[in-house]
Amino acid sequence: MSDKVRGTTTTITTGDAARVPSAKERAWEENTLRPTLEKSPERQTEFTTISGYPIRRLYTPADLPGWDADRDLGFPGEPPYTRGIHSTMHRGRLWTMRQFAGFGTAEDTNERFRYLLAQGQTGLSTAFDLPTLMGYDSDHPLSEGEVGKCGVAISSLADMEVLFDKIPLASVTTSMTINSPAAVIWAMYLAVAEKQGADWKRLSGTLQNDILKEYIAQKEYIYPPEPSMRLVIDTFEFAVKNTPKFNPISISGYHIREAGSTAIQELAFTLRDGMEYVEYGMRRGLDVDQFVPQLSFFFNAHNDFFEEIAKYRAARRIWHKAMVERYKSKNPRTWALRFHTQTAGCSLTAQQPYNNVVRTAIQALAAVLGGTQSLHTNSLDEAWALPTEFAATIALRTQQIIAHETGVTNTVDALGGSYFVETLTNEVERGAWDYIEKIDAMGGMVPAIERSYPQREIAEASYKYQVAVDKKEKIIVGVNDYVAAEKPLDTLQIDETVAHRQAERLSKLRADRSRSEVDRRLNALRQAAQGQDNLMPFLFEAVKAYATVGEICDALREVFGTYEEVAIT
Amino acid sequence: MPEKKIRVLIAKPGLDGHDRGAKIIARALRDAGMEVIYTGLRQTPQMIASAAVQEDVDVIGLSILSGAHNTICPQLMNLLREKGMSDVTVLVGGIIPEADIPAMKQSGIAEIFLPGTSTQDIVAFIHKRLAR
Repeated sequence: MSDKVRGTTTTITTGDAARVPSAKERAWEENTLRPTLEKSPERQTEFTTISGYPIRRLYTPADLPGWDADRDLGFPGEPPYTRGIHSTMHRGRLWTMRQFAGFGTAEDTNERFRYLLAQGQTGLSTAFDLPTLMGYDSDHPLSEGEVGKCGVAISSLADMEVLFDKIPLASVTTSMTINSPAAVIWAMYLAVAEKQGADWKRLSGTLQNDILKEYIAQKEYIYPPEPSMRLVIDTFEFAVKNTPKFNPISISGYHIREAGSTAIQELAFTLRDGMEYVEYGMRRGLDVDQFVPQLSFFFNAHNDFFEEIAKYRAARRIWHKAMVERYKSKNPRTWALRFHTQTAGCSLTAQQPYNNVVRTAIQALAAVLGGTQSLHTNSLDEAWALPTEFAATIALRTQQIIAHETGVTNTVDALGGSYFVETLTNEVERGAWDYIEKIDAMGGMVPAIERSYPQREIAEASYKYQVAVDKKEKIIVGVNDYVAAEKPLDTLQIDETVAHRQAERLSKLRADRSRSEVDRRLNALRQAAQGQDNLMPFLFEAVKAYATVGEICDALREVFGTYEEVAIT
Repeated sequence: MPEKKIRVLIAKPGLDGHDRGAKIIARALRDAGMEVIYTGLRQTPQMIASAAVQEDVDVIGLSILSGAHNTICPQLMNLLREKGMSDVTVLVGGIIPEADIPAMKQSGIAEIFLPGTSTQDIVAFIHKRLAR
């Protein structure tokens, strides 16, 4: 009878021919499992992760043939870093609680920053609006309707000075989520730090600056890949010399996952991006063991708890192996993959938004158990809008509860040695290497992007997932099941007064500054861009003359040209 | 005579590059037998209106997540009126505050699909709307 129940299973094996169960396991299958399945079949024929990866009923030593705890697991703070990059992990130091924030004008965001710091947040993270991210001033025609909406509007150093007013950059680590104009915004940050009297050598924080994932997933690019990569490597070179504690890049899987990739794709494309940056840096003549320790990573924390933990563990193992074997690194600081995590924005539902607090808590727990160095937890209202102060506070409290109440920080890599977690870590690692080798064969990530390979893989995975949700093969609580009528949420609204205030400030800035000094600095930048020099010093002088983001990006557009992708569906 | 295929323009206006939704909808409508043209990113209302005329579409689907809908949609609706395209069905998908929906519908937008909408619901809506 049970065999006729659709979507359920009574079969024992899940088809891995190479797997050799012990006599005891076989006996269990016959004596205990079989009668159970005959009486009550399982709920589904196949159980998969959210990425569609098949998961077995039970993991035993038979899943880890030849597995050697000393070799494959190792010890925390030592290669292959499966258990984490520090010997004491969160017993020694908790992760940095870094909530991404930014909306409206620089004043609005400065106020939110100071509120979050007062609530016990330990680092800052800046969200910029779309005009800033695309290198347009707030009063550019294409900025209409977008000013201050998805982040803070920053058009010049004057805005940046307000953004970090009364925030000592020498002691507060600051992350800035910007990519194509990253070098420009970083120059502004360095100028504010200089005005505050901060020693650049002590500055700590992270610039996202990951242009490859923009072509792959988030699509906020301006220039073609080669000049964009040059700008990125310019920041590496500048950081090695001037800001040894600052991460000039956060190589990001987050957006790749948000675009609909699987966990394995997120891992593979991100780490292959990382290798591309390493190779471009080496080609510039930088020493792998000097600049790579300053590169950091950024991963997503999606709903599938164990798949995510396996992903972080595998990431550390792959990076170590690549640095040692591919780039002959001799410096352990090069081998240790440090990463920030953000819970999955794309997993949040507009329906029954309070459920998002629960989703975020579980995702954050995976990041912590996976050994993250820094964490952003999303707010419950983010499927609708940027978070209100109320929602942002709950998100921060979620991290504080995990840190101080759950006990998960008491030991290092609590899940190490679990048959399931170790097997999944191995499989995720193998899947990622397959992709990495495919991209190698294409000549690297830039050529792979130019032929839309990662873009196509992600679009395929994203559509497959949507079909599964539409067919209810994947349940999303409150969306395709457990649906209920509800009242709309109070959300943060940004109106057009922000754009008007920005336009006024910009016209005042243009009247007050020295036009000839701006022109002189922009011309020098243009000229340098045509040659080989590192552009950071030229950008620094231009921002200090109060040249705007739009003017600087336009100067570079003239030299570099712009990029248009081949749209695929 | 074979029935004429429904022609749809999927457009991504504004500066935002988050195109996951636009691409899923384009593919779902194509899988449902419609003729789909995807504009790609960063289309101005002028570009979208011109493409709609040129491609002679029955439906325009806009994907907007950035909060710029109150700027983009009225501009597009005016342009369509000027070009004599008022009979084209305009749909918006994305993150739209519920408070903004009545005014958008009043301006002639046929429907606004919020996060969590299944692709079948959108397909069904288009079929029903265009049934003569």
